Amino acid sequence: MSSVEAREARQPWILLSPALTAVGLLLFVPLIFIVVYSFWLRTATGADVAGFHLDNWAEALTDAFYRDILISTLRIAAITTVVCALAGYPAAYFIARSRGNKMILLLLLMLPFWISYIIRTMSWINILGVSGAINSALMALGVISEPINMLYNETTVILGLVHFLLPFMILNIYVSLEGIDTNLEDAATSLGATRWQSFLEVTLPLSLPGLAAGGLLCFVLGAGTYITPLVLGGPTDAMFANLVFEAIITQLNWPLGSALSLMLLAVLGLLVAIYNRYLGMAQLMKGLG
Amino acid sequence: MSSVILKDIVKRFGDFTAVHKTTLEIPDGAFVTLLGPSGCGKTTNLRMIAGLLDPTEGEILIGGKRMNDTPIHKRNLGIVFQNYALFPHKTVAENVAFGLKYRKVSRDEIARRVKDALELVQLPHVGDRHPKALSGGQQQRIALARAIVINPDVLLLDEPLSALDANLREDMRVELKRIQDRIGVTTVFVTHDQSEALAMSDKIVVMSAGHVEQVGTPEEVYNAPASEFVANFLGASNIFDAPCTQASAQGATLDAPVFGPVEVAAARAPGVVSGPAKLVLRAEKLQLMPQGAVPTGMISAPATVETVDYQGQTVRYFIRLGERQMQAINMIDERPFAEGEAVLAAFRPRDCAALRGA
Repeated sequence: MSSVEAREARQPWILLSPALTAVGLLLFVPLIFIVVYSFWLRTATGADVAGFHLDNWAEALTDAFYRDILISTLRIAAITTVVCALAGYPAAYFIARSRGNKMILLLLLMLPFWISYIIRTMSWINILGVSGAINSALMALGVISEPINMLYNETTVILGLVHFLLPFMILNIYVSLEGIDTNLEDAATSLGATRWQSFLEVTLPLSLPGLAAGGLLCFVLGAGTYITPLVLGGPTDAMFANLVFEAIITQLNWPLGSALSLMLLAVLGLLVAIYNRYLGMAQLMKGLG
Repeated sequence: MSSVILKDIVKRFGDFTAVHKTTLEIPDGAFVTLLGPSGCGKTTNLRMIAGLLDPTEGEILIGGKRMNDTPIHKRNLGIVFQNYALFPHKTVAENVAFGLKYRKVSRDEIARRVKDALELVQLPHVGDRHPKALSGGQQQRIALARAIVINPDVLLLDEPLSALDANLREDMRVELKRIQDRIGVTTVFVTHDQSEALAMSDKIVVMSAGHVEQVGTPEEVYNAPASEFVANFLGASNIFDAPCTQASAQGATLDAPVFGPVEVAAARAPGVVSGPAKLVLRAEKLQLMPQGAVPTGMISAPATVETVDYQGQTVRYFIRLGERQMQAINMIDERPFAEGEAVLAAFRPRDCAALRGA
């Protein structure tokens, strides 16, 4: 290899090195700590014993409590993803097909990101709470005499998650719809398909990669959340990330918390791997960029 | 198979008028080209015939039936788009079969008609492949097969050749015309390429800025342009003010600068009356000769070659006659004239056309 070739081969790595260093230091090194921690042992005195113990893993993997919450976490994430897809597709289609005001619509879509996710989540308390907007309005109108309890259940958790994740879904679908030549639908209708048939035959299949990318993002972010169930869920609506939070922050049981968080990481990682196998990560990058 | 009639069609986009009041008749089985520069309204007209755009005013009739309120999927048209618009997720055979699926055609017949259509476009063996695996020219043939397999009443071609390489474009031009002749479908072809229009059309509709400038056979629009725009758009022309001194049923006499009086036949001088007029002299009809030649039956004047634009078979000269610059496109006989060479510029009066002056 000549020196010029060697330099050219090195160049991408030189340019990537700051980012790789940051990712390595801030992501992989802590992750290794977590892996190591998960094999330590927490004693009754509160001191952690270093070593290779499988006790945490045994507890995390066999306790029905953890398994049930993992299943309900995945169920909530799945429902959220389906709701986001159903609500997000028409919106994305409308934005992609609108002419003059596309930029304004996209800006409106981005607007929620300027407000903290926690504030946005808490705003539902002002809407659905006992003295919130809906109850106040209904009572003022005399429809009800006592406020209705609408908050702190699984439905409000899903509502909060949909509120948080819908823009991700819309953006991903929008990007894939934008990439579809509008002549294709015209060609389909000119050949005798109605607008609906041409949507089903042409546009929908061609936008599936975007739908899948949006779905993956919503599912992974939804399954990993702990703020939404904390703010909008009741005592029985904890999701898996809340267990990790509980173990590490409240009980200071780092070894168990580490094992639990690695469990969630493994489940979601498997999902990403399956997605990558069949659709590839490139589509996801498009939607994020 | 059907005629297409546009009756007093107007199309406005907000304040912008894309098509001014236009009336056009495209006879059954004809190959009619809408020719003009981009933005002249030719594609807008095509899209209105297709049903992809609604006219602001006027009526569209296909086969004598008013189509304004008929949605595109019920018009039975074959459209070929500039960028092919093949469905990338379907195989070639599925693409071609697409329109037949919505026409209550049995499975066996679909297979047979897809096979026939692919044979017609000379690509019988690509049915199982995806469009992406084909070259641009092959994709265009598939797009054509998909449009004609449904036996459309009218075939609409939106600049179908402009995405192809120059050589391929000329092959496809011949191919397209052969297929159209064979199936005899009424065809509306949109292009900005004058040589495509001249080579393929039964009739050319020259458009500019939303107006129809001229409708005629290729020979008519080429030899007897109705306006300065048409004369310039179809090939290179020398156009100059030449007052008409005498006009009669036989023709008009124009007093051309440098060359003197030129008699133009009446057929090539539509509406020219005594007074201001313009003489149109095509660059190919202006012949350069060595100094001292004695052309017979031609009008000539001495000139100097300024620029030589060598193109192989032909040369395009820019020559100077006094204060005036003109273009001449000549076949190369032995050697092209050199820049700065003194020559004789000559033409036959019958090759000229005349326009009414401003």
